Amino acid sequence: MLQDYLPLFVILVVGFAVALIAVLLGMLFGPRRPTPRKAAPYESGIVPYGPGRRRMSIRFYLVAVLFILFDVEVVFVIFWAAAARQLGWLGFLAMLVFLIVLEVAHVYAWKKGALEWD
Amino acid sequence: MDAGLFWEWVIKSLIIVLMLTAGFAYATLYERRVIARIQVRIGPNRAGPFGLLQPVADGIKLIFKEELTPAGADKVLFFLAPIITVLPSLVITAVVPWGDTVVIGGRVIRLYLTDINVGILYILAVASISVYGIVLAGWASNNKYALLGGLRSTAQMISYELALGLSFVGPILLAGSLSLMDIINAQKHLWFVVLQPAAFLLYFLASLAEVNRAPFDMPEAEQELTAGYHAEYSGMKFALFFMAEYIKMIAVAMIGASLFLGGFMGPFVDRFPWLGPVYLFLKVAVWLFVMIWLRATLPRIRYDRLMQLGWKVMFPLGLLNAVVTAFVVVLVGG
Amino acid sequence: MALGTLIVFAVLGLVVAGSAIGMLVSRNAIYAALFLVLNFITVGVLYLILGAPFISFAQVAIYAGSIMVLFVFVIMLLGAEQLPVQEPLRGQRWIGLLAGVLFLLEAGAFFYLRTSAPRWAAEIGFGFESPVVVGRMLIEKYLLPFEITGFLLLIAVVGAIFLARLDTPVKGTGLGRHAQIGERKE
Repeated sequence: MLQDYLPLFVILVVGFAVALIAVLLGMLFGPRRPTPRKAAPYESGIVPYGPGRRRMSIRFYLVAVLFILFDVEVVFVIFWAAAARQLGWLGFLAMLVFLIVLEVAHVYAWKKGALEWD
Repeated sequence: MDAGLFWEWVIKSLIIVLMLTAGFAYATLYERRVIARIQVRIGPNRAGPFGLLQPVADGIKLIFKEELTPAGADKVLFFLAPIITVLPSLVITAVVPWGDTVVIGGRVIRLYLTDINVGILYILAVASISVYGIVLAGWASNNKYALLGGLRSTAQMISYELALGLSFVGPILLAGSLSLMDIINAQKHLWFVVLQPAAFLLYFLASLAEVNRAPFDMPEAEQELTAGYHAEYSGMKFALFFMAEYIKMIAVAMIGASLFLGGFMGPFVDRFPWLGPVYLFLKVAVWLFVMIWLRATLPRIRYDRLMQLGWKVMFPLGLLNAVVTAFVVVLVGG
Repeated sequence: MALGTLIVFAVLGLVVAGSAIGMLVSRNAIYAALFLVLNFITVGVLYLILGAPFISFAQVAIYAGSIMVLFVFVIMLLGAEQLPVQEPLRGQRWIGLLAGVLFLLEAGAFFYLRTSAPRWAAEIGFGFESPVVVGRMLIEKYLLPFEITGFLLLIAVVGAIFLARLDTPVKGTGLGRHAQIGERKE
């Protein structure tokens, strides 16, 4: 069983090696003549102002948190889907209840304006 | 575990990674030529016959370009971010079969790296990891536009991951398995796109958003974000972001072809297993053509509309499709 | 084979422990979050070795792929990359150390005093590698916990939206309060 998964580690190592070689090639052959102007943040030629890292909108937090919760739902649905034929109507009803509960959550988020993006 | 098996894996992994890299190089040429034709231009045709050496020329140029590191950048993450971005795109197709088995020199070779029984979940897991490279690139650059581009891109990708995951449910229900090989074999007579048109459409749109392609190429909104998360990148590091984008395009085309268009299945593939990779290649080429066509045709969608489409249309539609499909599957197969 | 498994386990164990320590000692919150991602992925690989690919990939997809994205977002949201050198809660380092030593002693005592392999270690091999089996277990055996999970998720959605305080529009603008949370005051 584990043998099916070993190739995944092989390709991970191979892929990492290829990506690393690509970056190192650029570092090896590219010229390196830094000046303060070149090292300044690029803001379309305008003199940069303010910090590069600033606080971001609360929207990103909300999207990430809702994503976690509905991602759990999706993973459950995928596993139920694999066994749906064997589970029959019991499984269908169980999943329907689960989905309805989470649809309530979705509608709540919708009505509260959590899915708006202004 | 014998050494021969190990070397088989290494060779297959190398083939997949190098084919994807070559595929990336020629996908860029393909895109430039196709878009040029759509815009009644000719496109790059000077380097080699039909411009076939253009990607090589581009690659050599990028290797010899100077790489800049912004003064306020986080050096370690600035270096690692391109690698973290490209790695998931290289490994995600490890579970997609290219064909059945062939015999080379008396040894039965399977035309796929591995066929795990949770293949779909592997794809979802790798896809969910692939957001880090982008958000880290934006953060490490110490550039406000790059950071905003990275965050926007990440928020977009995670929002559409839900619809993407739900679009897998249709084929899984029909095949009763999470293995891509089982899903392809279940399409021997009828492609799932016929039985699951809604899931196919969901997959197509969600995958466009997932790989940040037009009309959802929000992170590359040149006009407002100065190219987004890779604004500060140059040389080979920039090339890796570019590579990740195009390899992801190829990957979603391969996965989509396997889930909905029969994968490597086609006429006579039972008798001549070598036709499998050819069919898969053709399907991927057509899929890429449609993606390029869309880029040449459609304007970029506004960011708030994009998020609303993901959360308010595609996600409920995916759930509805899952429920209806499950109802029919249980009714017929129960 | 036993030696090979032991070596793999030892390497993975070192990565798990090392990334956990790295998370604790890094002064930069983003690095701490990344160490935690590495930790979650490696723990996922450990589950894979135990023969539970469902848990393994679910761990990677949910913990490493979405919960940590939230962490990264929140760190960037607060602009809290650099952790303060001064500890806000004095003496917590020593209390933590004490608790850790106590836990180690407890674990050591458990492994020293036990006479046979723990029962839970032997019980996992009932075909957990097949997603169909896991799906059936979920519905046929653990139906109630499964449905309760749905309600827990619902409560979590309500809580998250409440905490984001979207429902207090600022007078005259029609916008929520978040619209005013602009740039960091420097």
